[in-house]
Amino acid sequence: MSAVDSTIPTSDPYRLGWQAPNLSRGHGGGGPATKRVIVGYGFWLFLLSDIVIFSCLFATYAVLADATAGGPRARDIFELNRVALETACLLTSSFFCGLATIAVARRNQVLTQVTLTITGLLGLAFLLLEASEFSALAAHGNGPTRSAFLTGFFTLVGCHGLHVTAGLLWLGTMMAQFYAKGFRPDIGRRFLCFSMFWHFLDIIWVAIFSLVYLVGTRL
Amino acid sequence: MLGKLGWDAIPWDQPIPLVSGAIIILIVLGVLGWVVAKGWGPYLWKEWITSVDHKHIGIMYVLLGLLMLVRGFIDAIMMRSQQALAFHGGGYLAPEHYDQVFSAHGTIMVLFAAMPLVIGLMNFVVPLQLGVRDVAFPTLNSVSFWLTATGALLVNISLLVGEFARTGWLPYPPLSELRYSPGVGVDYYLWAVQISGVGTLLTGINFVTTILKIRAPGMTYLRMPMFCWTALASCLLIIAAFPVLTATLAMLTLDRYLGFHFFTNEAGGNAMMFMNLIWAWGHPEVYILVLPAFGIYSEVISTFSGKPLFGYRSMVAATLFICIVSFCTWLHHFFTMGAGGDVNAAFGISTSIIAVGTGVKMYNWLFTMYGGRIRFTTPMLWSLGFMTTFITGGLTGVLLAVPPADFLLHNSMFLVAHFHHVIVGGVVFALLAGIAYWWPKAFGFRLHEGWGQATFWFGLVGFYVTFMPMYVVGILGMTRRLQHYDVPEWRPWILISGLGIVILIGGVICQVMQLAVSFLRRHELRDETGDPWDGRTLEWATSSPPPVFNFAVLPQVKDAEHYWEMKRRAREAARLGKEPDYQPLEMPRNSPTGFVCAFFATIVGFALIWHIWWFMIVGLIGAYATFVVFAWRDVPEYIIPAAEVARIDRANREARQEALSGEALA
Repeated sequence: MSAVDSTIPTSDPYRLGWQAPNLSRGHGGGGPATKRVIVGYGFWLFLLSDIVIFSCLFATYAVLADATAGGPRARDIFELNRVALETACLLTSSFFCGLATIAVARRNQVLTQVTLTITGLLGLAFLLLEASEFSALAAHGNGPTRSAFLTGFFTLVGCHGLHVTAGLLWLGTMMAQFYAKGFRPDIGRRFLCFSMFWHFLDIIWVAIFSLVYLVGTRL
Repeated sequence: MLGKLGWDAIPWDQPIPLVSGAIIILIVLGVLGWVVAKGWGPYLWKEWITSVDHKHIGIMYVLLGLLMLVRGFIDAIMMRSQQALAFHGGGYLAPEHYDQVFSAHGTIMVLFAAMPLVIGLMNFVVPLQLGVRDVAFPTLNSVSFWLTATGALLVNISLLVGEFARTGWLPYPPLSELRYSPGVGVDYYLWAVQISGVGTLLTGINFVTTILKIRAPGMTYLRMPMFCWTALASCLLIIAAFPVLTATLAMLTLDRYLGFHFFTNEAGGNAMMFMNLIWAWGHPEVYILVLPAFGIYSEVISTFSGKPLFGYRSMVAATLFICIVSFCTWLHHFFTMGAGGDVNAAFGISTSIIAVGTGVKMYNWLFTMYGGRIRFTTPMLWSLGFMTTFITGGLTGVLLAVPPADFLLHNSMFLVAHFHHVIVGGVVFALLAGIAYWWPKAFGFRLHEGWGQATFWFGLVGFYVTFMPMYVVGILGMTRRLQHYDVPEWRPWILISGLGIVILIGGVICQVMQLAVSFLRRHELRDETGDPWDGRTLEWATSSPPPVFNFAVLPQVKDAEHYWEMKRRAREAARLGKEPDYQPLEMPRNSPTGFVCAFFATIVGFALIWHIWWFMIVGLIGAYATFVVFAWRDVPEYIIPAAEVARIDRANREARQEALSGEALA
């Protein structure tokens, strides 16, 4: 006790602010983390906030799914073949993004550029397929203004598409940076964020594929 | 070419916005002229506008918040005077103008006054309390600030160009849909809040990363000062809640711009979904504001009682409890929606339960004071004023949490009285306490005590005289947002409330006087050592104002109150600890990215409000180019040589040694 007593300030006569000394380890006393940890952690938090946006869109879609206002229902308009192709494009794209991570770790410029190009082209193919789906729907008068159900559908899926578009823009910038600046640590950290973003878009897509398309066509 | 924008957008026939807009433009031009005449432009650009230093960004946030606080207060004066005059008549504000005034008042006070002030104090204080040199992402921090400033700018542009929303501070559909609000008012609201909301989200990410990943060595989670804990809880709420706001406002935007049907009356839209979504953000938002306020009180009460905070761990637990439960109460904002008795009962109970966390804190503050040697300085007075005010304000909240009672009081002046009671008594008092408490740290001189105490008494009395009568008129049946009325029983209470705002004007004058007098007498109020209040946390361990790198050497934290322990040992020995081994330091370079980015965001926002599509594309391309230019830079940091670090730190050590020797002699 005497060791503890000596730490009690004299201005706390009733020992109301007394705290047992914390002797355990592993409670964050190790000082500032490395830059790679800080950047990756911060980007994880951003992805979490993005997931919250998507969960709002999923929730509104669920609320509005039956509000077809006399228009088409989900099973009348969804074409699973095209959606399967889109899924294949996006998942393969993520696979190549994973290969690019290995290429970056090995500092192989050619392999990095090639795998990232394939990543981007598959992403672009996904976007084109999605655009063809959207324009076909709109051409039949089933655009987002037709009913609340279609409003929710276009917004949820379109928001994912917008993310993929932004990802492609980022991917292009990334490739240019690797080409012009080489494998600098700060660019490596940026690529870590990009690859997390690209895989995150897969996770969202898997949810869209299951909850919107698969459930929609079965109900 | 100019979309919906034309000469008729300027309200030529309405003298009030026209004259006030002209005055604001004159003031801005005057300030700019003064800056140019004095040749301060390069200094402001280098040291402030492009600064990525968390201390400078924090001070700019507080300045923005104070300016917007005055703007929102002027709206409040207009509302109180309108209601005082509009008995059996029209008053001096037309209904469509009055509606804009109360919408702007709420929006500005919550999002552009309280939020920047809270975030500003977090910016300034948190890295200092954690014993580190900056936040996790310094340039992103600058982007956050300037995006918030963009939102504030757009709201204020609406005063003179176009109009502001007439829908209340939360734009409930179907009123806010295009059919019922065809003007640009709601669009101003949407884009201003959306852009500043992105800034707030980035701040949340930045500070959670900072607090969880960047602390001085030895600063375990349970050694963090209470303000850091509350800032962490608040930023966690920002990350979880602000995306909901972004998504909800985006849906309303799609309804208005592209004819979607989220919240419309036609084609299956569901307006009640908006209430649920917006309050899923709106209720946590209340705690985003008040949790850091609780942190400020904890620091102030502990320091001025000369004692460690009582029940530190229970305080941490209560903070995190509130953080989580704040997501389980949103439905109490619309008990009258008709969700049914079971749902209302569940949310009534959760609302009452959240008061428990605050109760724990109250007792902790009381026991912190018990037995202490209390110094009644301005920050301490605000804290005591808060404790008495917040308890009664919280109790009226528990009354409103009872669904049957809420059916009578919903949207009445009783509600207006309640939320001002807790937000003014909880958040505004804390911000004024925090500004007075950390002012010497920021500027190197204390604020004048006499004028500060005068501000407190005017503020406290004015607050009670303004808002207590509103409880009475609320029970008498007066609803909120009335432009005129003809019930004689309400009249005396409305007049008393009007008198209250006059007392509050006195408080604002005292506050301005305090700043002016303190600045003029800054030499006699100078804080030589960097520890003017006999503080207990690490921000007082460095000089006032702190050097750009905060700490010459990162402190090695060994106790819950490390700085207090250091000081105690130094006092016993009558001399400071050994001089550290100074090393060269790496600091982030300043960057105009934030300012340029906000410039383009302003273009995008303004172009979207007025449907000037080509201008919007210009803004978007500019924003993308800014990011690429930022990503392309090669030297993000600069080095401060060890000799320079030593020179700056030795000056502070000398001042402290002198103070210590003086104490020992006395």
